[in-house]
Amino acid sequence: MTNGGTPRVAFERFVERWLPQIVVSPLFAASLFFVYGFIAWTVYISFTKSGVMPNYSLVGLLQYERLWSTPRWYVALQNLFVFTGLFIAGCLAIGMLLAILLDQRIRAEGVIRTIYLYPMALSFIVTGTAWKWILNPTLGIEKFVQELGFPDFSFDWLIDPHMAIYTVVIAGVWQSSGYVMALFLAGLRSVDDEIIRAAAIDGAGPVRTYASIVLPIIRPVFLSSVIVLAHIAIKSYDLVVALTGGGPGYATDVPATFMYSFAFQRSELGVAAASAVMMLVTVMAIIVPYLYSELRGGRK
Amino acid sequence: MNKISLFLSAAAISAFALPSAAFADGTVEVLHWWTSGGEAKAVGELKKSFEAQGGTWIDSPIAGGGGDAAMTALRARVVAGNPPTAVQLKGPGIQEWAIEGSLNDVDDVAKAENWDSVLPPVLAEIMKYEGKYVAAPVNIHRVDWIWANPAVLAKVGVTEVPKTWDEFNAVADKLKAAGITPLAHGGQPWQDATVFEVVALGIGGPEFYHKAIHQLDQASLTSDTMIKVFDQLRKLRGYVDEGFSGRDWNLATAMVMNGEAAFQIMGDWAKGEFLAAGKVPGKDFLCAPAPGNGYILNSDSFTFFKVAGEDNLKGQKVLASLIMSPGFQETFNLAKGSIPARTDVSLDKFDDCAKKSHEDLTAAIAANALEPSMAHEMAVPRTVRGEFLDVVTNFFNSDQSSADAVQALASAIQRVQ
Repeated sequence: MTNGGTPRVAFERFVERWLPQIVVSPLFAASLFFVYGFIAWTVYISFTKSGVMPNYSLVGLLQYERLWSTPRWYVALQNLFVFTGLFIAGCLAIGMLLAILLDQRIRAEGVIRTIYLYPMALSFIVTGTAWKWILNPTLGIEKFVQELGFPDFSFDWLIDPHMAIYTVVIAGVWQSSGYVMALFLAGLRSVDDEIIRAAAIDGAGPVRTYASIVLPIIRPVFLSSVIVLAHIAIKSYDLVVALTGGGPGYATDVPATFMYSFAFQRSELGVAAASAVMMLVTVMAIIVPYLYSELRGGRK
Repeated sequence: MNKISLFLSAAAISAFALPSAAFADGTVEVLHWWTSGGEAKAVGELKKSFEAQGGTWIDSPIAGGGGDAAMTALRARVVAGNPPTAVQLKGPGIQEWAIEGSLNDVDDVAKAENWDSVLPPVLAEIMKYEGKYVAAPVNIHRVDWIWANPAVLAKVGVTEVPKTWDEFNAVADKLKAAGITPLAHGGQPWQDATVFEVVALGIGGPEFYHKAIHQLDQASLTSDTMIKVFDQLRKLRGYVDEGFSGRDWNLATAMVMNGEAAFQIMGDWAKGEFLAAGKVPGKDFLCAPAPGNGYILNSDSFTFFKVAGEDNLKGQKVLASLIMSPGFQETFNLAKGSIPARTDVSLDKFDDCAKKSHEDLTAAIAANALEPSMAHEMAVPRTVRGEFLDVVTNFFNSDQSSADAVQALASAIQRVQ
């Protein structure tokens, strides 16, 4: 070909090879800037003396010292671990159980599946408000059972500072187990029938089949459920605000509500940034090893 | 076709160009969160008055969160270099922004109209930064009221609201024995803090309140008086009903209105609830100052931010003057339920509770018993207020001892200063 043709062909080939990356690059650049750029900004602010407005003069670890000497922060951290642990465990257990039960090819499967999935369509604010009324001692379950004829019945977890966080767990698990059930059901349906039949021939009962054969096959579903649930749990601000407003006193405070309160209601951007960085570090400390072990194991 | 579209686009462009010519008497852009009911009506009065004298009012209402969303929007605007002309901002928040260098002063208007002589000194101080006025107050709310239902009180043979906290406890015990909830309360941190500061005023008096809560003196914060304040708070905790957690303040007022509870400790915006339901003060509900012979003040104000341009600056000065004018103060406060910030406005058109509030205000100024509210962001910066709220609400909702709470409070205040 002529001289003028070769650069053009080369160019076309270049574009064809790199087209996917070119198309994705604006989105990539935007993510890089808005997500990672602002994470870096928050980390920077956590080392400054920012109050009502960002202030860019560095003061070392002052905000972290202030953060770790605030009793409310310890309550928030403890609540985060309690809530995240129970939320993930509860959703996995209930979701898995529902999925296994639904997998038995029952008659009204479509209807039942939809009913279990409905709570996911609600926003956490609606869930929180509805459960707040249900768990209110003077309006909800306690009053109902007392009127049924058990005057000594009490279920006042919502106003008990030690038990209030468990009410948040209840509302959260109710909302999200349907979603986990859907994920598991899809996973279960993708298991090859041959394997199940082979297990039946070998004499394995239904419990053994599920526990030892099917569930290990759908391990990737566990991974994706845990990732989704963990992210919902750590970011849960709206559920706490709607259900308990931070709890009796600050008993159901979580780092997300702590950070919002310090940043926007108390003009302490520095402390809020420090708490956000601590949240990030906590999440990374848990998710990164888990991801690493799962993905490395998958390559075996 | 061509000519018509050309004409239409020319008309459209000139329609956009025209309004910029209409700056007769100043332009203001006002950021506020008075978006519901009586509050929206009240700010509408200010808008009407401003426009009546030829100015242009650009409204920027941002609902919700008790001002959180509005403050976030404000922060973004100031960082972007485009602040609104006036913002609904009060208390030490004004000084917070002044220190950042974000405010304009309206001292020339203040001097010309002699604001110093008509505002209570405590309030005037809050409106100033480095001796110059940077904000104009629209009203005075009193925080330390006790609202009562006389019919409920009559059931236990009580005819007037108790005048000391010991009397209150005695009446409350009688009510409890009769199966009536003594105190209607909403378990939100700011409400817990309101009760706390009213009790502090009653147990320690205005002097103690001033030292401990306004000046944050460590000796007062760790004194026996403070322990007694927490003891009384613990007693009050025993007088609220089981469902108080998270309840909104107006639902607690409704409990008093319906006879489910006898008392509520709340500021005079509760009066608005009673009046809106058609209740008559003195007959259907009683308003009485809480024990303590003091007056806890809360005041809304408009703060003037650093805008440029002759039009905007003129607008700020006109707005400042308008806000402090006796006519506006009367109209606004009739709509909002508070009393005028100006002490020389006649209260003939106001109801009995408002008149009592004004009498007590004058007496308190004379007796040096007028104190700014901590729970309503008037006495201390928000960082400090946050610490008060945490300690008080944690104490109220747990079984912490008074001594521990006092220790926690003292170290919290030390931490944040």
